Amino acid sequence: MKISRAIIYTVLVVMALLFLVPLGVVIANSLRASQEIASTSMIGWPRQLIFGNYPEAWNQFCMAEHCWGIAPYMRNSLSLAIPATLLSTMLGALAGYSIALWRFRGDNIVFALVTLGIFLPEQMKLIPWVVVLRDLGLMNTIAGLVLIHTVQGLSFTTLFCRNYYVGIPQDLLKAARIDGAGFFRIFWRIILPLSPPILIVTVIFQFTGIWNEFLFGVTFTSGDQQPVTAALIALSAAITSEPLYGVQSAAVLIAALPTLLVYLFGGKYFMSGLTAGAIK
Amino acid sequence: MPTALTLPAGERGAQKRAAGVWRDRFGRVLTELAIWLPLTITAGHVVVFTAWTTWVSFTASSLMPDYTWVGLKNYWAVTRTANFQIAYVNLFIYSTGFVLLTMAVGLLLAILLDQRVRGENVLRTIFLYPLAVSFVVTGTVWSWLLNPGLGLQKLVHDLGWQDFRFDWLVQSDKAIYAVILAGVWQGAGFAMALFLAGLRSVDKDLIKAAQIDGAGAWRTYRRVVLPTIWPIFVTVFVILLQSAIKAFDLVRALTGGGPGISSTLPTLVVYDFMFQRSELGRGSAAAVLLLLTLVVVLVPYALFMRWRRRRQERA
Repeated sequence: MKISRAIIYTVLVVMALLFLVPLGVVIANSLRASQEIASTSMIGWPRQLIFGNYPEAWNQFCMAEHCWGIAPYMRNSLSLAIPATLLSTMLGALAGYSIALWRFRGDNIVFALVTLGIFLPEQMKLIPWVVVLRDLGLMNTIAGLVLIHTVQGLSFTTLFCRNYYVGIPQDLLKAARIDGAGFFRIFWRIILPLSPPILIVTVIFQFTGIWNEFLFGVTFTSGDQQPVTAALIALSAAITSEPLYGVQSAAVLIAALPTLLVYLFGGKYFMSGLTAGAIK
Repeated sequence: MPTALTLPAGERGAQKRAAGVWRDRFGRVLTELAIWLPLTITAGHVVVFTAWTTWVSFTASSLMPDYTWVGLKNYWAVTRTANFQIAYVNLFIYSTGFVLLTMAVGLLLAILLDQRVRGENVLRTIFLYPLAVSFVVTGTVWSWLLNPGLGLQKLVHDLGWQDFRFDWLVQSDKAIYAVILAGVWQGAGFAMALFLAGLRSVDKDLIKAAQIDGAGAWRTYRRVVLPTIWPIFVTVFVILLQSAIKAFDLVRALTGGGPGISSTLPTLVVYDFMFQRSELGRGSAAAVLLLLTLVVVLVPYALFMRWRRRRQERA
């Protein structure tokens, strides 16, 4: 028994270390001089701690024709992810509430289509979005990406909220309706106060997903309108001639930080959302 | 309001009632709008966009959409390219390796974490964190670690073992395995989370009964616990498989589909046709074929879920 406990802990700790290697390597390299990395390898302890990589990655190093680091792209990602997260969550809550609690003709078909939206590959939507964005004059704008992610995210948020609201007893609604409460009043007074758990999960998932999204960002924006994921790829392409691995590591870490922080502080919700969404 | 004061009492009531009727009507319209607008957008864009891209795939569209019907021409052209054929062979290798290894690692971690270990929360957080990070970031980092002149191979060489070789990333016939490695690292935590939730949902009395019968831990898992949570295996399998079919960012950041086109995947083929070669018709045909690949996986799953629900309802 003692031995098997030891084996369990050994395997778990070794696996945990393996999982941490990439993160550890990036943190270590962000504190090493780029020349030091190029002359040894990516995996190594900093001989001398250097903090200059961070300010350089943030707003100094040059990429394409601009020398403003990744700060503008971080700003783009924020001003894209925050409105798109809030809009898709709010509309999804409303739509989930409609499907779950206001039975109407065809609600099953509508729900099936919403679910399909989650599985539909992004590649099927690229050309239609190009046309829609062009006609709306939103090509290569953050507003265009907000629109895409709101519509795209709605499938997911609707499904999440619907699955949660289905658990609310119908009697509660009937009683409210007898008292003369309508669609909005019931939503506002009864449903929303019950919603924080699901709304937190939805917001965390949407923010992570939108922040990390790459294909739409790289397809519909270019230059200084790009989100940070698209800029990172451009950065790796631009930097190969003169490797600046230290700066690049700092940039990668900065780009990953927002979702990592959300995950660390909302981990409990992250986990419950993961299992709830998948097992239903 | 002075006018209201001059009106006779009866008329005032009628006005109030009329305002009430209008408010009711307005409220009803607003309600209908609130129900149908978000639902129409979500459900509508799925139907319209799918039909739209499918339509484009049957037309002569090149740089711009051009709605001249050409039948299956784009499909013939796309499926004959080396790009497409390599991509589907790669998809087969990648999805098999990724799904099986991710499930194996995820299940191992879940079973070990289920042994009432200390520090479970910390360990779980560590196994799951890759999921919170974008594929672009993890792909970039893995491209450094697996780069023979920069990462693991270089480190081992510097330590004195000069014959050590770990250069999958630059070998055309091995690059796809590098993608599997990074994919498993990112996905194993997800599989672990689902398996762990499943293990925790197993009736404790069932386990106790098995132990009283003298079954060891290994036997209890194999004979009692895992068979009761088999539906979770199906779910994890399908979710991982569909994510393998849709994989794009990770390959793009890790190998860029290279060396050459040796590690390309169906999603990259779509992007390549649409935006690098500006052949929208062929790109759309590739996208529709990608969707059909997903359908092959998802339709049986949907039928399976329905069958299970029916059976549960009858039970």
